[in-house]
Amino acid sequence: MATTAPAPKLNHIGLPVLEYRGGKTTLCAGCGHNAISERIIDAMYQMGVEPERVMKMSGIGCSSKSPAYFMARAHAFNSVHGRMPSVSTGAILANHTMTTLGISGDGDSASIGMGQFVHMMRRNLPMIYIIEDNGVYGLTKGQFSATADLGSKLKTGVVNDLAGIDTCALAIQLGATFVGRSFSGDKKQLLQMLKAAIAHKGTVMLDVISPCVTFNDHEGSTKSYKFMQDNDEPINEVDFVASFDDIEVDYGSGEVYEVEMHDGSNLRLRKLQEGYDPTDKANAVRTLMESQQNDEILTGVFYIDTQKPTFIDLLNLVDEPLGQLPESVTRPAKATLDGLMASLQ
Amino acid sequence: MATGDLALGQLEGATSVRERVINDFSINVATVNGSGSQSANSVLLKSIFGMGVPVSGKNLFPSNIAGLPTWYTIRASKDGYVARKRASEVLVALNADTAREDALALPSGGVAIYEEKLDLKQYREDVVFYPVPLDKITAEICPEAKLRKLVRNMVYVGAVAQLLRIDLSVVESGLRKQFAKKVKVFELNFGAVKAGFDYAAENLPKQDQYFIERADQTKGKIIIDGNAAAGMGAVFAGVTVVAWYPITPSTSVVEATTDLLKKFRVTPEGKATFAVVQAEDELAAIGMVLGAGWAGARSMTATSGPGISLMAEFAGLGYYAEIPGVIFDVQRTGPSTGMPTRTSQADLLSVAFLSHGDTKHVVLLPGSVKECFELAYAAFDLAERLQTPVFVLSDLDLGMNNWMSEVFEYPTTPLDRGKVLTAEDLDRLGGFARYRDVDGDAIGWRTLPGTRHPKAAYFTRGSGHNDAAGYTEKPDEYIEVMERLSRKFENARKLVPGPVTVKDGTSKIGVLAYGSTDFAMRESLDQIKKEYGRSVDYMRIRAYPFAHEIHDFVATHERVYVVEQDRDAQLASLLKLDLPADQVVKLRSILHYNGLPLDARTITEEFATKEGL
Repeated sequence: MATTAPAPKLNHIGLPVLEYRGGKTTLCAGCGHNAISERIIDAMYQMGVEPERVMKMSGIGCSSKSPAYFMARAHAFNSVHGRMPSVSTGAILANHTMTTLGISGDGDSASIGMGQFVHMMRRNLPMIYIIEDNGVYGLTKGQFSATADLGSKLKTGVVNDLAGIDTCALAIQLGATFVGRSFSGDKKQLLQMLKAAIAHKGTVMLDVISPCVTFNDHEGSTKSYKFMQDNDEPINEVDFVASFDDIEVDYGSGEVYEVEMHDGSNLRLRKLQEGYDPTDKANAVRTLMESQQNDEILTGVFYIDTQKPTFIDLLNLVDEPLGQLPESVTRPAKATLDGLMASLQ
Repeated sequence: MATGDLALGQLEGATSVRERVINDFSINVATVNGSGSQSANSVLLKSIFGMGVPVSGKNLFPSNIAGLPTWYTIRASKDGYVARKRASEVLVALNADTAREDALALPSGGVAIYEEKLDLKQYREDVVFYPVPLDKITAEICPEAKLRKLVRNMVYVGAVAQLLRIDLSVVESGLRKQFAKKVKVFELNFGAVKAGFDYAAENLPKQDQYFIERADQTKGKIIIDGNAAAGMGAVFAGVTVVAWYPITPSTSVVEATTDLLKKFRVTPEGKATFAVVQAEDELAAIGMVLGAGWAGARSMTATSGPGISLMAEFAGLGYYAEIPGVIFDVQRTGPSTGMPTRTSQADLLSVAFLSHGDTKHVVLLPGSVKECFELAYAAFDLAERLQTPVFVLSDLDLGMNNWMSEVFEYPTTPLDRGKVLTAEDLDRLGGFARYRDVDGDAIGWRTLPGTRHPKAAYFTRGSGHNDAAGYTEKPDEYIEVMERLSRKFENARKLVPGPVTVKDGTSKIGVLAYGSTDFAMRESLDQIKKEYGRSVDYMRIRAYPFAHEIHDFVATHERVYVVEQDRDAQLASLLKLDLPADQVVKLRSILHYNGLPLDARTITEEFATKEGL
């Protein structure tokens, strides 16, 4: 007699985690990007985000292929190299009611796409921007990227003689309102940060160190699994309590920085570095710059601002998606044209 | 002198000095850029228009903010010719740096109205001189030194109006309209006009032969520039997302669009039903346009040659991933920075094939301000119907100069939003394949992000894809999509605006042209008929891919001249790629590419030479 499989666990909108899965990955076995895809699936599932209400945006590179490997029920746009920010901007303007998730890489963002990255951060559009950061170009077989650390070594022995760009410090300075760094190998931290990112209103920039097992996971690399396991310095312990969660966590007073998110959720950052205030912009940038000088890799939520208006607020857009406004709204009446013509006669 | 062949000093249709020339001459206002003469010239233009006389205005300006020579030419033409004319019979000389050359460029019997201090009489004896003490008059009527620069311009408007016999009441009503609610500004300006008018009436007896007389040829007509018309077209197409980067000469397309959106597209609650974003560069502008088009918005950008070059990679993505968007290219001279404030049609080939790989684009070619309006809204319909970027190719002459036009007509068809599946459709169909040709029109169905159906999503990519939008490197799947794109482009021939033909059916000679060439072309056809007794058939092309009628036109003529404003015969080249081999040999080119708007005489002379007339 056939036995029925146990009913799959459902999230609060009634979907099993299976509905958040995507196609089979074609990335290398052990690639950090696959772990990030898994955490995205977990975060979206646990947050009960409707898959159809998500836009997955990406540029070009190994990282940018990964949206094919999660959330097949969400529309995706794999655009051109370094230009995901502009495509995302357009898509968000057309429909700002969506949850927009951009997946980029260190080459895609910090080199060819730096111009667009900078302006995306500046606008504070509502989206989650993830840099899957491995310090090398994978698809072209292992050249350094602009986030590779000074002194990091390629497999061929070539040593990087330029300082890496700290995309987090940059994003904070430019105006992103939720900035953090994580590590693909730190399941707990990354998941909590992603859940908080989903709850945030504004631009979230997460730099996720994601080792390239093929080209940058060797002795001498500063973006290898081993190096990260040895040198990861969390600045705070991230704990996210969604608005629909029924959990009370009690920390001793003074240890936790608690941030109330736009949707009523709570982001709790247990201080691991004394006195670190994630709403102090100048201090956040200084802390990151000092960490670079000291060869430390800080992770955690560096900066958060839940009050700053988004670009959508500044444009004062109607609540409905612009792309779906009816003709009666978007095409002015004949009398309007007649009036314009009369004024030109 | 930078105006090139203005210096030829040839007087068209030369008449004896005593004979009156009525409503058929040009005025050249030579000034300095940054002096605020633009609004004075506009008042002069509108005054002639207000007299019922067909008129056009052209601003020949430097790529500079202040201090360099600028010429504004106004052509009054009882025959309705609005193209540039090589010579201007009436000079208004205000720029000391160019005054001598400007005076020398006048045809014999011409008129010079000028700031007294410039002392032009020393240069010519065969010209009528009207010195006006502009500075002195201005100082008398305008105690505030700061305003004098602007007021001085209105003084010359008054003097010119009196000398050419333009009614002061017409100037007055034009001014009143211009300064609608600003009574004080109106009073100051009209006071200046009147001072100039009165000075001329009292001190400068009419000695020349040029007159503006009241006519009835502008009733019901409007004056507008092509960029304002294009912006208006976009607004009446229901544009919702505009992303752009400032570049001459396209900037005013977006400025006009934005002004209208702010006026007519704000809800009673004060919310915007549009987004205008000044992007960081043209790469971002086109990226935003495609992102918005993909997500369901009517989106546009406006640019010129250098911006088009930057948009190349995205244009290919738009073509291959089949995303709607509208790109206005207001052409200026290249290559590279070229002459940014001079006109050209030399972007045609690069736009038609913009991007790498086998890419080709639908390009609309407006030939008047009315078509700037009409083809602008047609472009949005076509972009969504064909699911592809659509380019609208205007130029500086058409875009930034003032043209007389019939009033624009309200679109008669509803917006065509193209083939979009809803959640209900997906329920019925059980799913869809994004790039499958289910209707035989080579256009797939698409869904918009946010469509609440588990089967709504698809993966958009610029990489190789099959008809279900899946990644592919399989030769047959790649070819299937590429062949369908080719069929779609072929079908577009029937959907784009067809050509406009002027012919009597007897001529063996044909002419093909597009865009702003039309103004000079029509005048040239009259010249050819009048001066050589030849009648020539004319077809004006309005879009690429070329409609079948264009093939027929070439097939039914022995020789076909292709008249265009570029060095490399780009329209002829595009036609050669399209026509059967035995037709290609019929094409001959007449080219003009010195940056100045095309004039009829250039075409006529070249035609006569080539025809051995």
